[in-house]
Amino acid sequence: MSVLVYTESENGKLKKAALECVSYAKAIANDMGTSVTAIAINANDVDTLGNYGADKVLNVKDDALNPFNAKKYAGVIEQAAKKADSKVVVVSSSADSKYLAPLLAVGLEAGYVSNVVEKPSSLSPFTVKRTAFTNKAFANTEISTDVKLVGLSNNSFGLVESGGSASIEDFSPSISESGVTVESVDKAAGKVTIADAEVVVSGGRGLKGPENWGLVEDLAEVLGAATACSKPVSDLGWRSHSEHVGQTGKPVATNLYIAIGISGAIQHLAGISASKVKVVINTDPEAPFFKAADYGIVGDAFEVVPVLTEKLKAFKAQNA
Amino acid sequence: MKILVCISHVPDTTSKINFTDGDTKFDTNGVQYVINPNDEFGLTRAMWFKEKQGASVDVVNVGGPETEPTLRKALAIGADSAIRVNTEAKDGFAVAKELAKVVTDGGYDLVIAGRESIDYNGGMVPGMLSELVGANFVTNCISLEVDGTNAKAVREIDGGKETVNTSLPLVIGGQKGLVEESDLRIPNMRGIMMARKKPLNVVEPIGANAETAANSFEKPAPKGAVKLVDADNIDELINLLHNEAKVI
Repeated sequence: MSVLVYTESENGKLKKAALECVSYAKAIANDMGTSVTAIAINANDVDTLGNYGADKVLNVKDDALNPFNAKKYAGVIEQAAKKADSKVVVVSSSADSKYLAPLLAVGLEAGYVSNVVEKPSSLSPFTVKRTAFTNKAFANTEISTDVKLVGLSNNSFGLVESGGSASIEDFSPSISESGVTVESVDKAAGKVTIADAEVVVSGGRGLKGPENWGLVEDLAEVLGAATACSKPVSDLGWRSHSEHVGQTGKPVATNLYIAIGISGAIQHLAGISASKVKVVINTDPEAPFFKAADYGIVGDAFEVVPVLTEKLKAFKAQNA
Repeated sequence: MKILVCISHVPDTTSKINFTDGDTKFDTNGVQYVINPNDEFGLTRAMWFKEKQGASVDVVNVGGPETEPTLRKALAIGADSAIRVNTEAKDGFAVAKELAKVVTDGGYDLVIAGRESIDYNGGMVPGMLSELVGANFVTNCISLEVDGTNAKAVREIDGGKETVNTSLPLVIGGQKGLVEESDLRIPNMRGIMMARKKPLNVVEPIGANAETAANSFEKPAPKGAVKLVDADNIDELINLLHNEAKVI
């Protein structure tokens, strides 16, 4: 019996969230007195998984698994879980992992809890803490099935290096048919995504128009950050829906969230509340965001942000 | 084409979230309920299929009698009939199993659910349902076209989007983008009057077991006060982010 963790990769490279999931699986395995098995699909750097706590890697290389397909991937992970006789399976909160997890749950007859933010508080009954009501609360949730499927929130557990090494085993599962085929993928190369970012710079209506988004983009570039926006901005068509963060948009759980010209509607604050440090820049000292933020500047974004960008550039150069 | 839209009955996005009974139950006191926003985008897209391509649109909710006003609102927006599975929505799997029975009995070609509800955010019901009924599945869906039994959908992925080809029967986890915010419909008086006469069928549950249970709730620890930095002293902000918050 081993804790199984699905380690997601992109273009052959393991994602940071995958390493976080391995760190998390290792913590559970330690409590259970068992080992960690990682399942990797078309990843080239699986050697690194041992350092985060994997004891064994089931290494799958198959062109039939490229590009991602939820049904096929769920089938592969299910076979890995059965091979490792796993009672606990861990996946991340990426778009792809959240797509495959419900299919995997049915296949494994596993109770599934998503958006988990901590190590299980108890193994019997198996109880995990998850976010609910779009980060306005947490729910301590018990899983009563024999096999448990845990979806870990990104950036909630962190990376823990154990300095170990893993044995790598080639694994050739059977690959199921899928009624969904990818026609095309439209993804900007090299751009940091909101899901993977450690820093997000977000703009609101206070920026007055899409032509002023250079302010946000320049600051994001200096910080290696993803860009995001408030709901009114995406509703007005200034920015794409995919940048809308908040209760009906994307949730954000970054280390640093910088809000520029966003007043802080309750739905927006809920969506970003899992972020660790929040900075707000707004002309209106009464803006609700100031109550949710850690640091704030009352001031005109058009004056403050360019200075911040320049000074951060100098800071980064000095500390590089 | 027979379409079923799954409707979650959820607290309005402006609701204050509180708990009762020693933090074991959600406090419904003073809470306004609405159609889950992700479901409303799906319902509106379903109305488009009905009007432009010819389709019947039923809506379904798994829940007690208190959810009926939300189903009536869906009828007022234009759905033909509603089904309420008369049981508490215990967890995602139990709901998916109850819905699977409704989908199989009704012979639906297309099921549109929200990618997640805004109360429990589990994001699991549509995927589980697709597995249980043996249908294709696309989630985070921001565009859907159906031509005969073929379908083309666009799925939002981390950092971009993906266009996929699939076929009916199909389960969709929908979100904003299926239609625009401005396409959402506010029920008019005629719609509301007609909704009163449309069928709302209450069916008994199969009694699916839950696999998970939220035993207690917590609210995030209260935040300390914001530290204000003078707009002329950006160096101080950088200093705080570097030395105190340690995020840069």
